[in-house]
Amino acid sequence: MSFTEDQITRYSRHILLPEVGGKGQKKLSQAKVFVVGAGGLGCPVAYYLGAAGIGTIGLIDSDVVDLSNLQRQVLHHTPDVGRSKTQSAKEKIQALNPDVQVNTYEERLTAHNAREIIRQYDVVIDGVDNFPAKFLINDACYLENTPLVHGGILRFEGRVMTIVPNESACYRCIFKNPPPTGVVPTCQEAGIIGVVAGIIGTIQATEAIKLILKIGQPLTNRLLDFDARTTTFREIRVKRNPSCALCGPNASLTELIDYDEPEACAI
Amino acid sequence: MQLTINGKVESLDVSTVLDVLKAKDIDPQLVAVEVNTQMIDQENLGTTSLKENDKLEFLFFMGGGA
Repeated sequence: MSFTEDQITRYSRHILLPEVGGKGQKKLSQAKVFVVGAGGLGCPVAYYLGAAGIGTIGLIDSDVVDLSNLQRQVLHHTPDVGRSKTQSAKEKIQALNPDVQVNTYEERLTAHNAREIIRQYDVVIDGVDNFPAKFLINDACYLENTPLVHGGILRFEGRVMTIVPNESACYRCIFKNPPPTGVVPTCQEAGIIGVVAGIIGTIQATEAIKLILKIGQPLTNRLLDFDARTTTFREIRVKRNPSCALCGPNASLTELIDYDEPEACAI
Repeated sequence: MQLTINGKVESLDVSTVLDVLKAKDIDPQLVAVEVNTQMIDQENLGTTSLKENDKLEFLFFMGGGA
C-alpha cells in the first residue's frame, strides 16, 4: 500500500518523526485497535487513533447517547442525544479521517463474544465503566495474547496501565477479583471531571500507538495514577504476581467469567 | 514506626499491614496492597509484619471509564 499525496500531507507531522516515518505510518494504517466502550475514555481514544490514521478501529457499546454524557464524551454532540453511541462515534471519526475503517458492535462485550472479537485486533483499549467488564477484558486479552491498555477514572482521578500478556503484570496480578457489587462508586454516583477522561484516554491512545510502532517503553509493570486536583502523576511499580489466577504459574482461570452485572454507570 | 504510604512518610503505631488498614479505616476488600513492590494476598494482610521505612502502596479500585 502506498500513500496518496493527500495522505502524505495529512500524516506529514508523523512522517517527519524519525521514530515514525513512512514505514511507521504504514504500520498505523495497517493496525487494528479494538476500543471497548464509546464513552468518556473511548471517545478521546478513538478520536485520536482515528486522527493518527489507524487503519481499523473496532467500537463496542450498547448504549445510546444521553445529555449527561456530553460533558466529557467528546465524539457525541447535542443532536446525537438518543442515538446509538457507536454510530455517533463512527460518523465523527470518519468525518475527521475517511481513511479509517470503523467496525461497530452495538452490543455488550460478554464471555460469549469477547475472545472471538478480540482475536481480530492487534491492541485492545479498556474504556468501560464497570468491574465485571474490566476483568472480562483483562482475561480475554490474556487468553488471546493481545496487548491491552487499561484505564480507569473517577472524580478527579485516573489511572492507566499497559498489559502485555506473558510479559507484564495483568489487572488480576493487582486486583484478584471484582469488588463486591455496589461498594465502589461509579462515575454516575460519584461524578467525574470531564477533562480527566480526556487526559487518561489520550494516554491510552499514546500507548496503543507506541505498541503498534514498537517505540519507546510501554507503560508495563507500572500503574500510572493521575490526580487532577494537584496535577500530579504517580507511578507505582508493579510486577507479575506468582499467585495470579490468570497469568501465574499455577493459573486456574482458563476460561472467561461473566460476573453478575452490577448496575452499570449510566454514563 | 515510620512508613511511606502512597509516597507520603507517616509515623504509625502498627505492626502488620492489617493494622495500617484499620488505623486508616480502610476496608480491606476495596484495596490491593503492595509492600516494597510485593503484592500482599488478602488473606496475608494480618500476618504480614512491617518494619521501619517499609514502602506501602494502597491501590484502590477505580472502575469508571464512561
